[in-house]
Amino acid sequence: MTTTTTPTAGAVAPRQHTAVRRPSLLRLTVAELRKLVDTRAGRWLLITIGLLTAAIVTLQLIYAEEADQTFLNFFVPSLLPVSVLLPVLGILSITSEWSQRTALTTYALVPRRERVVAAKLLAVALTALASVLTSLAVAAVGTLVASAIGGAGTWQFDWSLLLNAVVIQVTSVLMGAAFGLLLLNTPLAIVGYLLLPTLWGVLGEMVKPLRGPSEWLDTSKTMEPLFSSDAVTGGQWGRMAVSLLVWMVLPLAAGLFRTLRREVS
Amino acid sequence: MITVENLTKRYGPHPAVDDVSFQCEPGTVTGFLGPNGAGKSTTMRMICGLTAPTAGRATVSGHPYRELPNPGREVGVLLDASAQHAGRTGREALTLSAYTMGLDRREVAAKLDLVGLNAVAAKRRVRAYSLGMRQRLGLAQALLGDPRVLILDEPANGLDPEGIFWMRGLLRDFADRGGTVLLSSHLLREVEAVADRLVVIGGGRIVAQGDKNELLAGGGTVVRARDDAALRRALELAGLSAADSSEGLLVQADAEAVGQAAADAGVALAELRPAAGGGLEQLFLTLTAGESTKEAVR
Repeated sequence: MTTTTTPTAGAVAPRQHTAVRRPSLLRLTVAELRKLVDTRAGRWLLITIGLLTAAIVTLQLIYAEEADQTFLNFFVPSLLPVSVLLPVLGILSITSEWSQRTALTTYALVPRRERVVAAKLLAVALTALASVLTSLAVAAVGTLVASAIGGAGTWQFDWSLLLNAVVIQVTSVLMGAAFGLLLLNTPLAIVGYLLLPTLWGVLGEMVKPLRGPSEWLDTSKTMEPLFSSDAVTGGQWGRMAVSLLVWMVLPLAAGLFRTLRREVS
Repeated sequence: MITVENLTKRYGPHPAVDDVSFQCEPGTVTGFLGPNGAGKSTTMRMICGLTAPTAGRATVSGHPYRELPNPGREVGVLLDASAQHAGRTGREALTLSAYTMGLDRREVAAKLDLVGLNAVAAKRRVRAYSLGMRQRLGLAQALLGDPRVLILDEPANGLDPEGIFWMRGLLRDFADRGGTVLLSSHLLREVEAVADRLVVIGGGRIVAQGDKNELLAGGGTVVRARDDAALRRALELAGLSAADSSEGLLVQADAEAVGQAAADAGVALAELRPAAGGGLEQLFLTLTAGESTKEAVR
């Protein structure tokens, strides 16, 4: 065989270590970030998210009214497709450990599983923040191009929208991760994540008695105000919090419980 | 040092591991033997904190595994060579582990070299690895943090004879320098060649454990005569029980007693020797056969 060489036998000896310290949460987070990009699937998911952002701005440069070619109008529409793909990243970061069975290595090296889960959540949340920065950067390029080719190219920006964007992307990636933690299976988690809130939305529309609760529990409704440039009211934040409690915090808690107890094999 | 005390794991009413206790001392290789489904892997997973025991406890270097601050520096674990991300390269898999443990990156190249995965192999994705290469990668992973304890589940699986020979030397050397090795296998010869101590498990229970030589000494004597029936009568007369084996009659007595019995009856022997070569196999079969039959009936 050409891929293995004759190994040098007998070069291993157990060594005494000076005070071994446990890996910091920062170290674990960096390791998890690395896992997001060191496989083809992960790398392409991130590239797709970036390309999608660029594609939307390009489409607007071609088809939007010149007066509408503003920084704001480039930035906001790019958030939606990204917020659909980010949860998949969140799901994969959790479930691939089980589908690829790397959990065996991961949890043998870090037996405090809650620390691994915390590092994973931090890593995907950081990725979500990075996606907002990408949206900003692409929108800026779009604005520059627009002003060069005769579009409005105005830079007016409402800073509260930046907060909205961060909330949208971070919560969507965490919701995905929560479903991943709870179901621990890639297809199940993706289908569950896409289907359950939608199903709930449809039911909320069809069944009259559900319409009231649906105002508080349907994330597509409660998150809607974040996409508009009007200020989000206290009541709207409240509804959002309730819906996120149900679709993000509860699955996270139940998923963490399940992950801590699950047998790794 | 690995200490296992009364470990038990039940799945529903069925005990996969039932009150298992043993100890692995520094400087020794302990062979953990048993047929498939005997509870070897479950026991090893419980030692490594990956499966919660129903009862009992296990410690590594005096601590429960989950309380080791940086386990990779203390214990090298290889439980399943195919549990690697198929899309990562061999080098990347090790780099991730080295980073998590806080090791110098040079360790990755050093360990890849040690297990005989060259630069070409290291750059390939694990998907393209043969089982033997995955075992080597898993071994490199286990050795990465220069641990004092090794826990290896069927590490010889998929290795070619030369690889098995090499691994044997590596483990022997590791133990001779003060390391502790727990090595499971259903390949009896493999364990016989390298282990100092044996722990034999069947149906979730320990059926024998102790020094390898002591256990082997109880293997009995193989005896063969041209007149098989006369030999049987002679043995019966001397009060020795004989069992059929592939090589002849297996007698639970030493060679001297068997030879004397044959001489007394005037039976000419064709062969008389301690059942050393196949002793462990015989031991293994006799010790586990009953258990697995019970399992099948249950």
